[in-house]
Amino acid sequence: MDDLHKTILDYVRREYLDEDSDEEIDVESPLLSSGIVDSFSMVSLKSFLERKYKISIPDARATSEAFDSVDEIAKLVQEMQKG
Amino acid sequence: MVMNAAIRAALRGELDSIRAAGLLKEERTIHSPQGAWIEVEYPEGAETKRVINMCANNYLGLSSHPEVVAAAHDGLRSHGYGMSSVRFICGTQDIHRALEHKLTEFLGTEDTILFPSCMDANAGVFEAVLGAEDVMIADRLVHASIVDGIRLCKAQQDTYKHSDMGHLEEKLQLHQDKRMRMIITDGVFSMDGDIAALDEICSLAEKYDALVFVDDSHATGFMGSHGRGTHEHCGVLGRIDVITTTLGKALGGASGGCVSGRSEIVQLCRQRARPYLFSNTMPPVIVSAALKVLDLVSVTTERRDKLERNTRFWRQGLVDAGFDLRPGDSPIVPVMLYNAKLAADVARDLFAEGVYAVGFSFPVVPKGQARIRTQLSAAHDMEHLEFALQAFRKVGAAHGVLGLGKKEILEKFGA
Repeated sequence: MDDLHKTILDYVRREYLDEDSDEEIDVESPLLSSGIVDSFSMVSLKSFLERKYKISIPDARATSEAFDSVDEIAKLVQEMQKG
Repeated sequence: MVMNAAIRAALRGELDSIRAAGLLKEERTIHSPQGAWIEVEYPEGAETKRVINMCANNYLGLSSHPEVVAAAHDGLRSHGYGMSSVRFICGTQDIHRALEHKLTEFLGTEDTILFPSCMDANAGVFEAVLGAEDVMIADRLVHASIVDGIRLCKAQQDTYKHSDMGHLEEKLQLHQDKRMRMIITDGVFSMDGDIAALDEICSLAEKYDALVFVDDSHATGFMGSHGRGTHEHCGVLGRIDVITTTLGKALGGASGGCVSGRSEIVQLCRQRARPYLFSNTMPPVIVSAALKVLDLVSVTTERRDKLERNTRFWRQGLVDAGFDLRPGDSPIVPVMLYNAKLAADVARDLFAEGVYAVGFSFPVVPKGQARIRTQLSAAHDMEHLEFALQAFRKVGAAHGVLGLGKKEILEKFGA
């Protein structure tokens, strides 16, 4: 797993899973559609990515589909980095 | 468009999928007033069965209280049945004003506005007060009506892990660039019965310049030494900016709700909150009864004291029997069974033994967190609770869950 995927996966685990949670997630796990990530807190995920990778994600691109797995999020970050 | 065969088939398909997922909700018909004992017809068409009710929000036992019923009759006679109007056209009577004043006094706030329900209060308040330059930071376990209210509001949205103050602080830091920050929480959480740490939340709000919103529907009337609510329980009277609460639970249990708090916030709701502007005024009969309820709870703390004693007795009885409980002080006492089928089976067998309590499982609670939620009432006397405890002991023993914790139950019954 590359650094980008690992960083995002770590953030999602820290941000969304409770300390006593038995839930396991990997880069392909559905996040929003499974209820792990609530749509209301996408704003802090988006903000984290923008600060960490010095990018700007237009609201139109910050969709539930684009944020539904670590893989998808990494793709979006890479695309935004390329400009 | 007519309801043609294709549409009907599509809708039936949706109902079938709800049923197949085990999520179909069935109503049980009650043939008596609300109380400690109720007469329940279940399944439909069966002889009615007299059972002890352990699942009502009738915390203070006022739903069928003779003085409350009499006040409702008086209100009907003196102020009529309906007003056929929203509040701001010709739907505000003297008793509506009086109830708003009494709620303000009871809750220790600056002003209050009535809504048809707390669901409506929560649906209207955020949109009325916050705009796109603001942020709402909500506990992840807030009630569904708050979730709907948040969806209707243009302000930015964020959440923090349930009752995790460190996480809340991170979010407050993250959103320092917004015009207003509003921390949103329940006072007592309805599924776990745990209590928000309002003292810590208020301190964080003061440190990071945020407003505090509390839905106190499962607390108003009995939490705190005078029953004012979770803010009294936590020692933060006067420090909460917005309280929403209901008249549909402890305070008589009919319907109605309110937004109570800072005067400017309440005034904005009067101007802008859509469920207030576009739905009918509360019926005079309910307003009149609610005034009596507030008289009763203001004069004496006897009922909330009895509820507290009942809660302690009930919790201790279940723990002694070997059930696994969520810890807490509120009259919401979840008996943890973790496995969804087990929770449903135990609820069914309790009913056969004369105790009405409901099993909750995913998606109402997280997966692997199925439970029977029991709720205490000041209408319960010791004999009711002893009867119910006996039934719990018998059913718990029959299912082999007594003395087992989460791990053992999951090993025995699966997740």
